[in-house]
Formats: sequence, C-alpha cells, structure tokens
Amino acid sequence: MSLWEYANPVRFMHLSGRILPVAGLAAAVLLTVGLVWGFFLTPDDFRQGSTVKIIYLHVPAAMMAINAWAMMLIASLIWLIRRHHVSALAARAAAPVGLTMTLIALVTGAIWGQPMWGTWWAWDPRLTSFLILTLFYLGYIALWEAIEEPDMGADLTSILCLVGSVFALLSRYAVNFWNQGLHQGASLSLDKQENVADVFYLPLLTCIAGFVLLFVALVLLRTRTEIRARQLRAIALRDRMA
Amino acid sequence: MMPELGKYAAVVLSAYGISLFLLMGIVALSVLRARRVARALAAANGGRDA
Repeated sequence: MSLWEYANPVRFMHLSGRILPVAGLAAAVLLTVGLVWGFFLTPDDFRQGSTVKIIYLHVPAAMMAINAWAMMLIASLIWLIRRHHVSALAARAAAPVGLTMTLIALVTGAIWGQPMWGTWWAWDPRLTSFLILTLFYLGYIALWEAIEEPDMGADLTSILCLVGSVFALLSRYAVNFWNQGLHQGASLSLDKQENVADVFYLPLLTCIAGFVLLFVALVLLRTRTEIRARQLRAIALRDRMA
Repeated sequence: MMPELGKYAAVVLSAYGISLFLLMGIVALSVLRARRVARALAAANGGRDA
C-alpha cells in the first residue's frame, strides 16, 4: 500500500480516527508524568536554582515550534507538487498548534531570562529569528483566513511557508551561525559534556515525547475538522446552486 | 508535596501557569470546533454519520 493513498480524505479519516485516541491518551499520560516528574521530583540546578524546572516546558515547546513549521513545509511542498488537498489542510491545521508552541517557548524563555540574564528580552540571533517565526505563523494563519477560494489559499500559504522556513532554520541553527548571542547552545546533545545533566534528562525526554504526541493528536484532530468543514462548504455551495 | 522553589517561586509558577493555560486553550478550542463542525456536517447530511 502506498503512502499516497492516505491523501484520499476517506482513507485519512478512517486511519486518523483510529490513531487519534491512542495519540491523545499517550500525550496526556506522558505530559502528566514528565511534568510531575520534572516539577516535583528533580533537584534545583546549582546555578539556575529552581528556574531549571522551566526547561521541561521551554525546550519541548521550542522544538515543536520549529518542527511544526518543518511539518507544514513538507505538507506545503506535497500540495504544490502533487495537489493533495489533505496535505494543504494538514498544514493549515498545524499552524495554530505551532503558534501556541512558539508562544510558550517565547514566554517561558522571557520569564526565565529575567532572573538569569537580567533581561526579559535581547536582540539575540536565536530570539530574534524565533520572534520572526512567530510573525510568520500569525501571517500564515491570517492569509488562510483572508482568502475565500481554498486552492488559491493553499497556494499562497504554501509559498509563505517556504519563505518562513528560512527563519525556522535560523531559529534552530542561529546559535551555531553567530557566537555573540545570549542564548546558550542546545540542551540536548550527543556530546556528554554539552548534554543536560542526567538527573534532568529523562523527565525532559518524557516531556518532549508528550509534546510530540500532543502535536500529532492535535494536528490529526484539526485536519479531520478541516476536511469536514470543507465537506460542509461543498454541501452549502451545492444547495445554493440547486 | 509542593517543592521548595525559593526566591524563584513566582518565576517558575508563572511559567507553568501560562504554559498550561496556552496548552489547555489550544486543546479546548480544537475539540470544541471539531464537535461543532461534526454536528453541523451531520445535520447537513440529514442526520447521516459524518
């Protein structure tokens, strides 16, 4: 069976209807376990004190903010190349979830930055590219809402998504490109010296898994809603023509 | 059971409060819209399962 068969809305609805409850339940369990573990059962950091507990929200949210845009990019490319409607609707469905993750990353970063860096905000390369990514999310959502004709909306938002991908990439790698920024390197690394301390590592991984599954569940739910909304629109148009 | 957060209690609690509010907000909005659209489609299809 080819992957492209799931571009058929009926097949997608059937498969997503089976995955959604499992993903939703797994996300709820992993997020609860990860956040309770991180908040209640891990020690303070010797430099950051109890603010280290913010890592369990900030890091997974920032990762998902960028990964959500990457998923939207892939779905947009599929739309532009193969014209599968489900992929365009999946990209549309993912945007508000990605925006939420971006806002969580920005807010928790600012709250953490005030006591640790002495400022809520700095025009650091990673922070600035992340702020621009937030604006791209807002623009992407607004563009979908502004265009009446669905295929044209999918075309224009897909192009916007391609352009915004530059800033998604910068958000991820800006720390490596410029060294003068305030933001430290990645918390997770294969290099043991750079990786977060062992005691914080497992609850952080649990939270990341929870955020990933929450994203999957929400995108499936919202894509199903978009497909139904499009069916509803088609029925309304048919009734109007009759 | 509440961990000792020391002088950063307000910082940590506000980060968790705002984040959980945003997460629950997107979940609630997604579920409510999904239900509303499914109901409307079922009604438009004359009661058939959407």
